[in-house]
Amino acid sequence: MPGPIQSIQRAAEVLKLLAHGGAHQLSVGEIARALDLAKPTVHGILRTLQEVGFVEQEVEGGKYRLGAALFQIGTSYLDGNELRAKALNWSDTLAMRAREAVRIGVMHGKHVLVVHHVFRPDNSRQTLDTGALLPWNATALGKALVAFGDNWPDGDLQAFTRHTLDPEQLHADMNVVRVRDWAYDLHELVEGEASVAAPIRDRRGVVVGAIGISGPVERLCDSPDQPPRLELVSYVREAARSVSRELGGLSW
Amino acid sequence: MSNGSHKGVHVAYIAAIDQGTTSSRCIVFDQAGGIVSVAQREHRQIFPKPGWVEHDASEIWTNVQAVVRDALSHASLSLGDIAAFGITNQRETTVVWDKATGEPVHNAIVWQDTRTDALIRRLGDQDRFRERSGLPLATYFSGPKLRWLLDNVEGLRARAERGEVLFGTMDTWLIWNLTGRHVTDVTNASRTMLMNLETLDWDQELVDAMDVPREMLPEIRSSSEVYGTYEGVPVASALGDQQAALFGQTCFEPGEGKCTYGTGAFLLINTGGKPVHSQNGLLTTVGYQIGDQPAAYALEGAVAVTGALVQWFRDKVGLISSAAEIETLARTVDDNGGAYFVPAFSGLFAPHWRSDARGVIAGLTGYISRGHLARAVLEASAWQTREVVDAMNADSGVDLTTLRVDGGMTANNLLMQFLSDVLDVPVVRPIVAETTCLGAAYAAGLAVGYWSGTDELKANWHKAAEWEPSMEPAARARGYRKWKKAVERTVGWMDEDDD
Repeated sequence: MPGPIQSIQRAAEVLKLLAHGGAHQLSVGEIARALDLAKPTVHGILRTLQEVGFVEQEVEGGKYRLGAALFQIGTSYLDGNELRAKALNWSDTLAMRAREAVRIGVMHGKHVLVVHHVFRPDNSRQTLDTGALLPWNATALGKALVAFGDNWPDGDLQAFTRHTLDPEQLHADMNVVRVRDWAYDLHELVEGEASVAAPIRDRRGVVVGAIGISGPVERLCDSPDQPPRLELVSYVREAARSVSRELGGLSW
Repeated sequence: MSNGSHKGVHVAYIAAIDQGTTSSRCIVFDQAGGIVSVAQREHRQIFPKPGWVEHDASEIWTNVQAVVRDALSHASLSLGDIAAFGITNQRETTVVWDKATGEPVHNAIVWQDTRTDALIRRLGDQDRFRERSGLPLATYFSGPKLRWLLDNVEGLRARAERGEVLFGTMDTWLIWNLTGRHVTDVTNASRTMLMNLETLDWDQELVDAMDVPREMLPEIRSSSEVYGTYEGVPVASALGDQQAALFGQTCFEPGEGKCTYGTGAFLLINTGGKPVHSQNGLLTTVGYQIGDQPAAYALEGAVAVTGALVQWFRDKVGLISSAAEIETLARTVDDNGGAYFVPAFSGLFAPHWRSDARGVIAGLTGYISRGHLARAVLEASAWQTREVVDAMNADSGVDLTTLRVDGGMTANNLLMQFLSDVLDVPVVRPIVAETTCLGAAYAAGLAVGYWSGTDELKANWHKAAEWEPSMEPAARARGYRKWKKAVERTVGWMDEDDD
């Protein structure tokens, strides 16, 4: 049996170093020193890794950092706390424009995990529900996440009201969500309530979360059996685009 | 000041310029106080020697012009859509420039810079200027930095006496470049250690003690008035960053206050029309002045290291790759495991003021994991806030009932909950976390009648989140006792022969 291949071991060392270095951007010289390798060797490794997209440079001749391709083959996981920090300004602005509560969700197993919650701006008594889990099949957040996710979460889908969609309706709805790029629920989780959400994408275009508003149908919809008003939809989509733009600036 | 009517005027916005320590930003706000557009550019941090920190004021002016352009173009706006510019800025940073050419005579000396240490010691007792200026003698303030420039830039004193050069803090530098007028506002002037807190004018005794030529000082104006125009748009406010946050949080009544969490934390409480002198290590400063109305004063408690500790943990320890991830790491454990981290990296600030202190991690055992350390890092911000709140309560004689917070660290839920737990009061975040820019925008908008008055601004303030205390009193008392013991262990670390 052949022994370990040295150049692959070294390439792995370089990637680990870039992943754990404080500044996350290192020069050829810094990497060579840290790994006790000759500069030309390190340069060769970096050139190869750059060709396959595992490392990248901000500017030609500059420092190296981990590349986008590495994240694509890894996981599309984005730290929820990071997402909240990046989304803060835009979720606030959405709450002000829509005059409704805002939530940002990510998929967590079979559920939507609320990673951020902005109160409805009317100074009424409200409780922060960051960390709560929501069913995906009866919320706009969940539909926006699953429509653009890799797979359909396992398990039976619970019906919460007589309006909760059955699997067939849900599949059809998902196709619409994918075309429109936004989702809504109408009486599907709670009778009399509606929600609208749109996907948040990182710089690779991968959906890493969803942002949306929710409230009583009287405020969100023109009539109780109509989808939410397009003006509100436009605010939600604009917020999703702004957060996505913010994530595009993420430097690793 | 305003007729409160905007009818017939086409939709307009207010642009706030935030000239900060690491970057310059421009945020465009709409009438509801919502963010329309943001642009940001970082500038170089120049470290000529240990303890010295400089900025290139020309680079900053170039960046400010760029972020204004960027913020407008991001939202497809033109200067004609802007009703006014407001300015907020890093405080105390000092620049001197040639009146004829506009060229700075030296890099700006940044507030963190400690080169005036020896000068400060020569000037005498820490409280020498406290009665007149509200400030203890310390390296942060602009007056000593100006004096250093006069003493060290060749020929500068003579040129200053001939009226050829001008002094300013960053607000003054920007207003001069934007409008051609040489003015500062009362809040920035209150950080020079040259202004008399009662008269709100340069104090001859302070100016003489610092030995700076009065000719080079700007005219002191209110925080909210039209100083001039830039490309036809009124430049209508200037406030130091912390005062701007107080304004943005609409703390217009005595007793209302806020705490801003950035690199450090700054708790300011409005004390109304009279300066209150602290018996507990707080600063007395001007909160704001709207046009020709009387000034509102504030007490300020400064904590040097809060967000900076998280950054240190990210950059120097490397257990996390972004500041937000500290919450993820901290949530891997249920408590601090008995570890307390006192980040006295450059001594202890309010309320202790011990420059001989240095940081410690106390309570270390073999049980402590990196999750516990992450907890201790976050908890340090909360316990330091508790110490400053205790000092505020003692000085004002009234206990704080709610803490209004803002700044980037308010995105950290674990910290905000812990803060509420150790203070035993609700912690409230307003719907616009960018209160510094919002405050500058509000003050500018008031000056040009874009908003009718402070009541309209108060109506814009909404709770975005609230954290309620849920810690057992015994656990709080035990934690605070341990924290105080950890603080005791930081003092007296530095010796005479340490650099």
